[in-house]
Amino acid sequence: MSVTTGNNYLESLLQGQPQPPAVPLAWFNELRADAVDRVGALTVPTTRDEEWRFTDISPLTRIPFQPVRSAVQLKPADIERFALPEAAACLVFVDGVHAPQLSFNKTGVVVANLAAGVTQHDSTAESHLGRHAEFHNNVFAALNTAFLYDGALVVIPRNAAVAAPVHLLYVATQTETASYPRCLVVAGSGSAVTVIEDYVSLRDEVYFSNAVTEIALADNAHVSHVRVQRDSGHAFHIANCAVSLAQASRYRSVSVALGARISRYNLNVLHAAEGAECAIDGIALIADNQLADTHTCIDHAKPRGMSRQLHKCIVGGAAHAVFNGKIVVRPGAQLTDSSQSSRNLLLTGKAHVDTKPQLEIFADDVKCAHGATVGQLDSEELFYLRSRGLADDAARNLLTYAFGAEVIDRIPVASLKRRLEQTVLARTTRQP
Amino acid sequence: MMHQDSKTLLAVRGLRATVNGIEILKGIDLTVKTGEVHAIMGPNGSGKSTFAKTLAGHPAYEVTGGEVMFEGKNLFELAPEARARAGVFLGFQYPVEIPGVANSQFLRLAYNTVQAQRGKEELDPLEFDDFVREKMKLLEMNPDFLDRSVNEGFSGGEKKRNEILQMALLEPRLAILDETDSGLDIDALRVVAGGVNQLITRDNAIVLVTHYQRLLNYIVPDYVHVMDGGRIVKTGGKELAVELETRGYDWVSVEHKSAARATTA
Repeated sequence: MSVTTGNNYLESLLQGQPQPPAVPLAWFNELRADAVDRVGALTVPTTRDEEWRFTDISPLTRIPFQPVRSAVQLKPADIERFALPEAAACLVFVDGVHAPQLSFNKTGVVVANLAAGVTQHDSTAESHLGRHAEFHNNVFAALNTAFLYDGALVVIPRNAAVAAPVHLLYVATQTETASYPRCLVVAGSGSAVTVIEDYVSLRDEVYFSNAVTEIALADNAHVSHVRVQRDSGHAFHIANCAVSLAQASRYRSVSVALGARISRYNLNVLHAAEGAECAIDGIALIADNQLADTHTCIDHAKPRGMSRQLHKCIVGGAAHAVFNGKIVVRPGAQLTDSSQSSRNLLLTGKAHVDTKPQLEIFADDVKCAHGATVGQLDSEELFYLRSRGLADDAARNLLTYAFGAEVIDRIPVASLKRRLEQTVLARTTRQP
Repeated sequence: MMHQDSKTLLAVRGLRATVNGIEILKGIDLTVKTGEVHAIMGPNGSGKSTFAKTLAGHPAYEVTGGEVMFEGKNLFELAPEARARAGVFLGFQYPVEIPGVANSQFLRLAYNTVQAQRGKEELDPLEFDDFVREKMKLLEMNPDFLDRSVNEGFSGGEKKRNEILQMALLEPRLAILDETDSGLDIDALRVVAGGVNQLITRDNAIVLVTHYQRLLNYIVPDYVHVMDGGRIVKTGGKELAVELETRGYDWVSVEHKSAARATTA
């Protein structure tokens, strides 16, 4: 299935971009060339593709996104409001280009720009980069990989615990530009780290952000991953994140989708060895004509894995939320323990949600629970608040906020949690 | 206690109300003055709770007749929140659990909303914390309840204490306490009733809705009204409650019906 203009569109994206500088590593250049080939062979998906059934991304193909002509020089004051006081390291990318003058690293571990770090950590990078996020059948991952250069490289050595979070800040500044944020996190055996991916914009522009994140956890590693997408309301945001879990490793993530005209987040978690655990939670808070699509896949390939998932959508205006939560339990993945919950709040008559749990279970001794609800605010709760003097809209805002707070509360970084709580409260306040 | 310069707070005349098209209140008359404590008693299904919720403005109850004046204002022209700000308080029979909203946040929002209405100073979270902790002592409440979600996982007794705590914070002119004694053990009943007693002044009034006389041992009413079939069928002093406790409700109903027949004949 293809849009007739699809290939032309992809070609224009490829040609429009300057060639990323070649890095003197054969495997790196081959990976990129392979991805360029795949872009040539693939097409932009349409709603006739099962995976894109509810999400029409044709508006994306109507805008001729231009390359980032020159990197914008930002001052620390420009991005001060996004800073997290707890962070031990911060890597800033402006329209996809690394901004060393705005970045710092006090962790003592590798938190570096990919373009430089890849040569110093050649073998680690080679065994992980492009190995987790499949791009042979995913045009957006292929596009991103075709432009591999700047990005975040986080390498945590064996048994190292980085207590303070690592902040990766992707700032969009220019209209009608495309950027390709990239992130690789390699957590060594027994290590621990918290990584925050934060997508923000300085102005309310139209741009295209196409991100790929790969996270590899070795035995007993613990990774906490927070993802905040607060792009401009006119932006397009497409992201693929692939996580690989080795034995007894533990991955926790909270993803928050607030921005973008159209956003799509694919999160794939592979239980590649026994006894791994993941907890992946998410919330989408959208209004107006926004569309936020979250597709997750938890692949229990090995026995004794545990997965927990809570996904919430708060949908106002004429917005449209999509959640597709796939859980695969492969033959032999016995004693898998999995539960998934999708809860959705519709604030208006025009708001719309498509939620689809998708269980594929091929083992017989497993525990898999799932549930989905779609509803409106509870009238008894509303009356209770009003009977205490709260105006109708204030009561609605408070209840909406409370619905979202259950997910926001799981963010392990206090300042970010507080800021997002305020954002959610402000957002709910302006709902029609 | 009643006093000479007391003013009429609430005047209910011929109030009728329906739920889902079924008439529950069939013409209620009641006058409540400042400084008074009224008890409304009656068998299950007599309309006591409907009366309480109708006064507070619950959207499920539709007023179909009569009028209610509160301090000279037509109560039914006010939204539920406006009634609360004007000084009407409903203590819920079943306080609602609100997951995700911290009790402290809820209490402060409610307090500040009412304070603003009265042209008084609002409190920031720190000031409010000190203030609310003092009020909690009145009800022997553990301050831990501030950090929990509103009523979530509270026992029956804890929920009722939380209701009276709200009453203590909002200082209503008229408090309607709907079955505040239900679900309370004897110790909790004593504490909750003690809290209510301390909140009674010459300028406010309390309407206690209760099925049992038990609560009235602790909060002594000036008037006892018996509801049956959506009307107040008998009014007396506190001794009426004692009589109801020993004789039950049937005789009131029978007496009322024969009186009604006599009037028609």
